[in-house]
Amino acid sequence: MASSDTSAAVRASLAVGLAVAAYGVSFGALAVASGLDVWQTCVLSLFMFSGGSQFALIGVLASGGIAAAPAAITSAALLGVRNALYSMRMAAIIGGPWWRRLLAAQWTIDESTAVSTAQPTLRGQRVGFWVTGAVIYVGWNLTTFIGAILGDLVGDVRMYGLDAAAAAAFLGLVWPRLRSRQPIAVAAGAAVVAAVLIPWLPPGVPVLAAAVVALVVGMTNWLGSRAATAGGGPS
Amino acid sequence: MTVWNVILLASLAVLVLKLVGYLVPPSFMERPAPARVANLLTVALLSALVVTQTLERSQEIVLDARVPAVLVAAVLLALRAPFIVVVLSAALVAAGLRLLGWMS
Repeated sequence: MASSDTSAAVRASLAVGLAVAAYGVSFGALAVASGLDVWQTCVLSLFMFSGGSQFALIGVLASGGIAAAPAAITSAALLGVRNALYSMRMAAIIGGPWWRRLLAAQWTIDESTAVSTAQPTLRGQRVGFWVTGAVIYVGWNLTTFIGAILGDLVGDVRMYGLDAAAAAAFLGLVWPRLRSRQPIAVAAGAAVVAAVLIPWLPPGVPVLAAAVVALVVGMTNWLGSRAATAGGGPS
Repeated sequence: MTVWNVILLASLAVLVLKLVGYLVPPSFMERPAPARVANLLTVALLSALVVTQTLERSQEIVLDARVPAVLVAAVLLALRAPFIVVVLSAALVAAGLRLLGWMS
């Protein structure tokens, strides 16, 4: 029955979409705390629409200011690389004319790819992608706006612990990915590299340097199993 | 470079990456090594950001109220608390310690 495929996909989409949309409040508040205004914050969610990249951009700007712009842009772009991986998976599922793929591209993120590829039929996969994408796009932008307004009301970043909240947000983003030895080793290595380099390099650059750990471990497949090549993926 | 330039440039870069998979044949990224690097890149950058956001202040390592706040966040994540609860709790811990004057 095609209709049961569809309704199962819609249920999964709503469950994931509504949970994730709530992240937008933290992003909006932290973006304003990092020095962006409400409109800049909202444009980021509308145009960039990729949580990890958005948090990275404001995180690096918060510590380095506008002087850290190149590092901020590079961090956001590097965190967007996995979306290219997802869009390659989704290209086979979306199909149709070029304009539909163009529309799909903006909504190709961790969650829409995860819900879609978890569905058993092509029809369910398509419904899962579009419904998850739509729910998160609308929800993420609405909650970003609410968070930005709230953040605007909060004056002192440190007094309200928003600097600690930003650190916790990154921990929350990386946590679900630490399921096997290889990503755990990379996370530990990257943490050490970043910590050691903090006093020596301008803000933002230690984060970029830590990317080398992923490159080395990924190319050599150190600590990797055969299954690890398929692992990681959307959380 | 203005903040608006940064926002638009970075957004464009992220959108182009999303378009890549719809425009190029899948042969490259479906090979195991590039796919593995792309996934590990996410882990490395996020982990480095945890460290810099927790320890860095004006290009120095500073141990302040952010450290216990992030430890509380880790415990909550291990207990499978929702993202928003984790983030709010970290803010509360840091704000509380500063209010009490126990940590800067």
